[in-house]
Formats: sequence, structure tokens, C-alpha cells
Amino acid sequence: MEKRLDLSRFINRDNNILQLVLITVVIFAVMSWLEPTKFLRYYNFESISFIFPELGIVAIAMMLAMLTGGIDLSVIGIANLAGILAGVFFTKLFPGDPTAGAAGEIARVAAGVMLALGVGLIAGALNGLLITRAKITPILATLGTGQVFTGLCMVLTGGPAIVGFPAYWGLIGNGKLFGIAVPLLIFVAVAMVIAVMLTRTSFGLNLFLIGTNPRAAVFAGLKSDRMVLASYMLSGTLAALAGIMLSGRTNAAKSDYGTSYLLQAVLICVLGGTNPAGGKGTVLGISIAVIALMLLASGFQMMRFSNHLIDFIWGGFLLLVMVLNAFRNRA
Amino acid sequence: MMTLAKLMRRSETAVFLIVAAIMVVIGLINPAFWQADNLFNLLRANVIIGIMALSVLVVMISGGIDVSFPAFAAAAMYLTVLAMNAYGHEGVMLPFIGATLIGLICGLANAFFIHTFRMIPLIVTLGSASVVRGLLLGLVGTSIVNIDRMPPALIAFGRSSLDIGGAKLSVMVFVYLAIAGAVWLFLSRTLTGRSIFAYGDDAESAKRVGFNTRRTVYVAYGLAGALAGFAGLLHASMIWLANPRDFVGYELDVIAAVVLGGASIFGGRGSVLGTLLGVFLLVLIKNSLIIMRVDNTWQGVVVGGVIVVATALTAWRDRKTLA
Repeated sequence: MEKRLDLSRFINRDNNILQLVLITVVIFAVMSWLEPTKFLRYYNFESISFIFPELGIVAIAMMLAMLTGGIDLSVIGIANLAGILAGVFFTKLFPGDPTAGAAGEIARVAAGVMLALGVGLIAGALNGLLITRAKITPILATLGTGQVFTGLCMVLTGGPAIVGFPAYWGLIGNGKLFGIAVPLLIFVAVAMVIAVMLTRTSFGLNLFLIGTNPRAAVFAGLKSDRMVLASYMLSGTLAALAGIMLSGRTNAAKSDYGTSYLLQAVLICVLGGTNPAGGKGTVLGISIAVIALMLLASGFQMMRFSNHLIDFIWGGFLLLVMVLNAFRNRA
Repeated sequence: MMTLAKLMRRSETAVFLIVAAIMVVIGLINPAFWQADNLFNLLRANVIIGIMALSVLVVMISGGIDVSFPAFAAAAMYLTVLAMNAYGHEGVMLPFIGATLIGLICGLANAFFIHTFRMIPLIVTLGSASVVRGLLLGLVGTSIVNIDRMPPALIAFGRSSLDIGGAKLSVMVFVYLAIAGAVWLFLSRTLTGRSIFAYGDDAESAKRVGFNTRRTVYVAYGLAGALAGFAGLLHASMIWLANPRDFVGYELDVIAAVVLGGASIFGGRGSVLGTLLGVFLLVLIKNSLIIMRVDNTWQGVVVGGVIVVATALTAWRDRKTLA
């Protein structure tokens, strides 16, 4: 009986991945058919490989919160705060020394990266503490902290974008290593680490347990609070990483960058088979979903759809996928 | 029942006392605060956020959450103003009915997805907000209808005010209070209103007791959408322009105000009076930053901080009552 249950779940999971791959192939085929000259160019795929990793990492951060039945609405605030604090660090606190060699510059950038990731860790810890200690619902806690983080961005910048990041910082967002986009490499590394963590470590499995049945998890003796806190800290750190990549790619940081990423991250999670009520989600699903959506967006951009209509399509797609999932679960 | 009533009274008293204390402090820092002009302006600033907060209150009592009302309000406002200009309509009655209907239809669409497919309200409303806003900006237009192109009847309506001791109090404040009264009557004195509380408290029990839960969900989201649509057009008539990108970010302020007013995000709890006080508190804090000469960039931090502190206090209070 046990085995059968496991088997059926395994098939179900693969069905989800299969459905995703199918959607991706359909999108790819339709776009290639509609815009063969522009869509099928190497340049198009290369530019996608620079842009999608940020969004993919934000979506993974969102998924980590969703696994325990929560949500992290502050990811964009954290990403921007990390980028802006790094920008303040580079331009005001620690301006570049022209006499310093490459080693000095690399050390400066490394310090900036540590600072940004540290900010993400602290911000995530704040979310986690509010959720586990103060017992605030994740939606409200992260809605509030997201506002605080974005507000701090406004206080730090006063509105306009911060520019003037060091060249090595830019490499994180738009450099190439062995002919492959650096952001893509970072994404693959992050995805693999998180995937292994979720499926092969007790921490990951416990997160799924907490999401499936929080009460049972408590009775099973799991230290739920600590696990949830850790998951939000990880989520915050990943959001900060996305912020580093975003500010590196655009060589700027601003309080309202990437605001449309929030909806897209939720959409990618849902499309990728993450259950917003907790207990279900895979990194593989997220990865395929983000690529599918990026192909869709780049195709529509080539057909000169306005960004607003693309927003409409995102929203419609989200509802459609939820409807499909509802039907599948019913069957 | 008695203890619940007492508790409700207590949380509203708390908000009221906080409001009073803040007003005294601001008055000490800047006595100009107590001028009738300033107080009337403050009340006027409550109107739009307040009507939207009533809309969110209804949804929150039903155990859901709504982040789509800003998009619905923008759509109802912009479409109605464009239609008024296209037909050269002179009245205001019909346009307000139209805007309310647009909001109602959008709200019913939310209810359809939430009830039929058992979807999570947050995600449905995130999606529907994006759909409505995308269609509005992508297909209808992005240009602002300025004061010179606004229907005169609408502007005249928004300007109507009462002269009290030399200061002007906008009539819209009374419109807001009338709506609040109607929502209060609906929530506390009708069976459908009570069914929203029952559904939010425990959907399964509400169903077993014999409430038509489908109807409850449709009424809650439909009413929320209708209120948002009405508030949208009222906003245009009060600021004399119609901007399809308006209301972005309102969801935070409004949800904060409703939570400040003591409504529970888990459903089943919340009151109109609490919401009015919560809205007043939020508007007071935002406006007084300016009057206390705090830099405007701090607004986001303060509002976010208020949300976090208020929700933490609510959670703490709820835990105490559960124990």
C-alpha cells in the first residue's frame, strides 16, 4: 500500500513536469513560427540567459517561503535594498581607489557582495522572527517588512537611481565565463544547491513536512519555528543575490526596480507546481516555468506587444494555470 | 457572545485612544494641526481610502484577502470618465452607477475563480489585478484625463462642500459615512451579512449550518468590487483628473488600515467602526509626517513599521485570548 502511494505521487509529480515541458515546447514552437527570423537567433537566447536568472532566483526564494505554507512578499524590497546598500557602500563609504590594483578592486567587490548578502540574511531573519516569534501571518509580516525595505531604499536614495558600481560588480550581472552568461552559471549553481538541500537533507524534508501538516510536524517533535526561520533567512539571502545580479546587469539600483517581478515570481511558483498552501514544490519545476515564461515574454516583445499587455498575459496565465491545476487535482 | 462583544469594543477603544494620543502630541508639536481647515482636510483624505477599506473589510471578514481593488478602482474610474466624455453626459448619478457596476463585475469574477476552483484569494486577486490593469493600460490607454477634459458635472460634484465656521468640509465625507453606515447595517443586521462572518470563521461549519456559501462568497467579493469601483470614480471627481495608473500601492495602505482597525486576516472578525478608526489613524500618521516636518521619503518606512507593529499586537492579543 505504502509503495503504491509513493509510486502514484511520483507519477503525479512527473506529470506536472511533463505538462510544463509541453507548455514550454508549445510556446517555443508558436514563437518560432510567428517570428522565425527574430526569435530563432542566437542573440535572443543569449539575452534571455542574462535576464531570466534574476527572476528564477527570486522565484526560488518565493518557493522556499511557500513550502511551509507562507509567502514572501518582501523579496523585491530585499533585492533592491541589497543592491542600493551595496551602491551606497561603493559610491559613498568605500569609493574606488584608482591606485589599487585588480586585487584591491576584487576585494572591494567581494566586500560589497558580502554586505548585500548579509543584508538579505538579516532582512530574512526579521521576516522569520516576525512569523515565528510574533506569530504574524506571513502575508502581513512580509507585506509590512517589504514596505519598510522599499521605504529604506527611498530614504537611502531619495528617489533617483544609484549608479557607479565597480566594473567587477557589473561582471556578476553581464559578464561571461567560458562563453556562458555568468548569471546563468549562478542560477544553475543556486538551483542545484537548493534542489539537493530540499530533497536530500533532513532540513529540506522537514520543510515539506511542516508545509503538509504543521500540527503533525509539531507533534513529530520537529523544531518548526527554527526551520521556518531558516527558510526565510535563506529566502532573504537569495533575494539579495537576485538584487546583486539586477544591479550588476543594469549598473544601477533603484527603490522601484523589478516591482513586476513579484507577480511573476508567484506565477512561476504556481506554474512550476508549487502549492501555495505548502508542502509541494520543486526547483526543476521552477526552472522550466521561468524559461517558459521568458520565451513567452521575449516572443511577445518581438511582436511589439506593449508591456501592459504582457502584464495582462501574465495575470491571465496565472489564473489559467490555477484553473488547470484545480481540474487536475479534482480528477 | 457577550465576551466577544466586549473584546471588539476593547480593540476599538484601544485604536481610539491611540488616535487621541497622537492628535494631542501632533497638536503640541505644531498647533496649526488643530485648525478647522487642517482637520477638515484630514477627514477629506479619509474618504477614498476609507471606502476601499470597507471593501477590503468585507473580504477579510469572509476569510479572504483582496489586492485587486486598486486595479478595479482605476478601471472603473477611467472607463467611466472616458464614456462620460464620449457621450457628453452631464449628470453624475448614471456614471457612479456605471463605475459601481464595473467594479461589481470584476469582483464577481474574483468570486467565480475563488469559489468554483477553490483557489487562494491572494493569488486570484494578484492575477485579476494584473489582468485588469494590463487590459486597461494596454488596450484602453495610458494618457491622463486632465482637469480641462474632465466632465464638469463630476468636478462640481467633487467640489461640493459645507461651510462650517469659515472652513469648508467636503460633502464627500458624508457620502463616506453614509456608505459606512450602510455596510454596517448590512454586516450586522442582515442574514447575508452574518453569513459572511460565519463563512470567515469556519467555512465548513457555515455550510453545515445551512448557509449558501456560494452566495456568501459572491456577495462578499461582489460588494468589495462595487465599493472599489465607486471609490475610484469618487477619487477622480475629488482630484479633478483621471489617471489609469492611479491607486498603485494602495493595497498596502488599505490592508494596513483594516488590520489596524482590528479585523483578523483569518476571517470572522472585524467591524466597520474599527475600520473607520484604523483608516483615520493611518491617514493621521501619513499626513502628520508632513506637518511634523519629517522628510517625505520616510513615509514608506513609517507605514510599513506601523503594519508590522499593529499586526504583532493583534497576534499577541489573539494568542492571549486563545490561552
